[in-house]
Amino acid sequence: MPEQQPWDDASGSGAISGAGAGGAMDLAMDEGTTLEKTPGGPEGTGPAGKPRSLWSDAWRDLRRNPVFIISGLVILFLVIISIWPQLITDLDPLDCDLAKAQEGSQPGHPFGFDGQGCDVYTRTVYGARTSVTVGVCSTLGVSLLGGVLGGLAGFFGGTWDAILSRVTDVFFGIPVVLGGLVFLSVVTSSTVWPVIGFIVLLGWPQIARIARGSVITAKQNDYVQAARALGASNGRMMLRHIAPNAVAPVIVVATIALGTYISLEATLSYLGVGLKPPTVSWGIDISAASQYVRNAPHMLLWPAGALAVTVLAFIMLGDAVRDALDPKLR
Amino acid sequence: MLLEVRDLHVEFHTRDGVAKAVNGVNYSVAEGETLAVLGESGSGKSVTAQAIMGILDMPPGRISGGQVLFKDRDLLTLKNEERRKIRGQEMAMIFQDALSSLNPVLSVGQQLGEMFVVHRGMSRKDAKTRSIELMDRVRIPAAKERVGNFPHQFSGGMRQRIMIAMAMALEPSLIIADEPTTALDVTVQAQVMELLAELQRELDMGLILITHDLGVVADVADKIAVMYAGRIVETSPVHDIYRAPAHPYTKGLLRSIPRLDQKGQDLYAIKGLPPNLLHIPPGCAFHPRCPMAQAVCRTDVPPLYTVDENRRSACHFWKETLDAR
Amino acid sequence: MGRYVIRRLLQMIPVFFGTTLLIFLMVNVMGDPIAGLCGDRQCDPATAAQLRTEFGLDKPVWQQYLTYMGNVFTGDFGTAFNGQKVTELMATAFPITIRLTLIAIVFEVVIGITLGVVTGLRRGRPVDTGVLILTLVVISVPTFVTGLLLQLLLGVEWGIIKPSVSPQAPVDELIVPGLVLASVSLAYVTRLTRTSIAENARADYVRTAVAKGLPRRRVVVRHLLRNSLIPVVTFIGTDVGALMGGAIVTERIFNIHGVGYQLYQGILRQNTQTVVGFVTVLVLVFLAANLIVDLLYAVLDPRIRYA
Repeated sequence: MPEQQPWDDASGSGAISGAGAGGAMDLAMDEGTTLEKTPGGPEGTGPAGKPRSLWSDAWRDLRRNPVFIISGLVILFLVIISIWPQLITDLDPLDCDLAKAQEGSQPGHPFGFDGQGCDVYTRTVYGARTSVTVGVCSTLGVSLLGGVLGGLAGFFGGTWDAILSRVTDVFFGIPVVLGGLVFLSVVTSSTVWPVIGFIVLLGWPQIARIARGSVITAKQNDYVQAARALGASNGRMMLRHIAPNAVAPVIVVATIALGTYISLEATLSYLGVGLKPPTVSWGIDISAASQYVRNAPHMLLWPAGALAVTVLAFIMLGDAVRDALDPKLR
Repeated sequence: MLLEVRDLHVEFHTRDGVAKAVNGVNYSVAEGETLAVLGESGSGKSVTAQAIMGILDMPPGRISGGQVLFKDRDLLTLKNEERRKIRGQEMAMIFQDALSSLNPVLSVGQQLGEMFVVHRGMSRKDAKTRSIELMDRVRIPAAKERVGNFPHQFSGGMRQRIMIAMAMALEPSLIIADEPTTALDVTVQAQVMELLAELQRELDMGLILITHDLGVVADVADKIAVMYAGRIVETSPVHDIYRAPAHPYTKGLLRSIPRLDQKGQDLYAIKGLPPNLLHIPPGCAFHPRCPMAQAVCRTDVPPLYTVDENRRSACHFWKETLDAR
Repeated sequence: MGRYVIRRLLQMIPVFFGTTLLIFLMVNVMGDPIAGLCGDRQCDPATAAQLRTEFGLDKPVWQQYLTYMGNVFTGDFGTAFNGQKVTELMATAFPITIRLTLIAIVFEVVIGITLGVVTGLRRGRPVDTGVLILTLVVISVPTFVTGLLLQLLLGVEWGIIKPSVSPQAPVDELIVPGLVLASVSLAYVTRLTRTSIAENARADYVRTAVAKGLPRRRVVVRHLLRNSLIPVVTFIGTDVGALMGGAIVTERIFNIHGVGYQLYQGILRQNTQTVVGFVTVLVLVFLAANLIVDLLYAVLDPRIRYA
């Protein structure tokens, strides 16, 4: 390796790292994600049984992996209560009674009340909706934008590739929390969209690097070269031969990134520039609770716990998928 | 006898089951003698060598039986620290791929000198002087200038010479060379092999030469052990085996050497693939590929039959094999 | 080696201008640069217009950027909201944040690499699994939650540390904040070192080192660790910038008056000069850290040095 290529640099933490928010790529890459199949096992054992595809092989592994099952169930639960929070709470998160502010646990209100006298349990339940929405929408946006730009740069190479790589360098030069403060401090909207927009704006270069790298790897496969030699069109090659092989690393990084985006939203909300009331968000509640932490730690612990479990679930899911897709670790 | 391996068994515990890599290997090497161990990849020849050196990865590897007698001591019963002191000082190993086997971030001088610093307690300065001497001895030009260079700055042949120098550093009594020339250009192969043989004669060392290349063996080896599926299938003095192999597998190997004097013939290849070590065929492991196989080969594991005073063959039909030339 | 350094320096120039331009645009396009200048009230239109002309805000943005950059290179970073020079703010804020960042890096290096080596050599054992789960938890809990909890436990409940750091921010008061700042990166360093060690432990040259009869300690430290640390050093180097950016959160929790605090104030009061000035210096620090990493990389790996 004559020169440390900024694109391929597995530990290029740059923007989305540190500050408790991001670093999905570091996490995904720290095992050296090479998702190509390596043939054969240890010396001489030879291929056992018939060859299986990368995905069915991975699925067979995942079904037996307790980490995957547990994190998958947690995520399923989160998605369900985000769609139908009424399933597990009858109260309204905005229905508050100041007279009960900071009171502890009591019948019907297992987590107690927050500084405004709102039910902490209900707010924690409704907070999931915000976090899941931000996480899912940001990840979709980032994957789409980053995947397409990175994929095209990797496929065509040349000038566009060079330009894109400099542009991502620029984005990686901006610490993400700092960028969030600057970008979001002037936004007055209290919806989730500015936050999602910001995450997509600063998050896409990370996915673009991954997508570019895996497209270049896939492009060098013999069968892709063969398809090219046989005169397959660019579009056909990309869709039929390259995309299916390049998509695995992107999915792994995106899954882990989803968790870190949720964490990032909470961090920004804590700093007062992310989501704003009346949106119900764990970050906002933790920020509000931090003022009362001496007298009423329960206000901090419940939303913080929910946030941590959610982020952990996504990161562990991504971790499990990565292990399953990476034959090197077998 | 310098080294005697007795009934050695090694297995690997993998996710898919237990791979039996070495199944009762016996061989011996005397001072100044060269034993060539032949076999395809997966035949257990390298694993046996690693077990002798004590550098087997455990786990997943496990030595499940046997003895390795070195100067009448069973190495397998020694403590780790005692074995470590034998490595490098009394026995040394030369690996196949010198580029990956040398540390990329240390200069060759540092890597050679390390032997003297660790085992002989020399100062770094003295160790450097000795390193230069060693490099001279393996005929690396301008040794004094190149002692500070890094492995990637040398050619493949020069790197392999450095590996040899490192193995010879403390004048051990046994050298194990695991495919020392396989990664090299054909023209360089002969030079490196010559150097190895010359140093062996000078220092009167025992040499175990692991290879799958019968061509290399003829010139340097005194005797040959052929391995298949973790067993010795034939042992013999080198000249007898070329004249008249006593095992169909050896015969197949010999017939698959391209020869200049037999123009126009198709090159012979042993049919089939080496066995899966997770499921070694019952009876003689070679029977599915053997042109001479009979019913008995599928059921009975052949013992090592005595062909003559110096020769053994693990074939039920060794006589027929010898006769059917 | 010299040419290598020059090439890296040249590559940094577009990144520097791109990044600062991006921040400059964000601040100028999104916010109103004079909003904070008339105290808490809105400026009256006449004053506003006068201020705009004074600061050259009536000119196109690219011209403003060029003027600003021109000033920056002569050491003029403008004036902060309270009339202080931005450079004066920097002189008090940067030493504190640099101290905090250095403490965080020491934690990363000492704890992260140690844990990484220990687990990498014992892959699959209980220690390894335990540390691995711990790193995942640390990565998953946002820094501000970790910080608040540590502040609650150590500062409020047990009284071991002061919950709020004094303005001079001496080293002993910065230890816990430094640990909080380092926490996520520390977990990454642990995982990265672990993977790197575990991968290299199977390398041929390590097998050679064992075959040479070297003591285990020497095999690990001199042969295995030296090679395994190359990616870790890269990570820590690029992490310097992220740490200084992440200091915003930590400094807010522990009320440390460093770069993060000043930036936060600047943003709240919409003071363009402070924000752009501090960010410009941060970007320079980030780029310098990257350059140092590249050089370290070359020192650690002779294959690059002599390429």
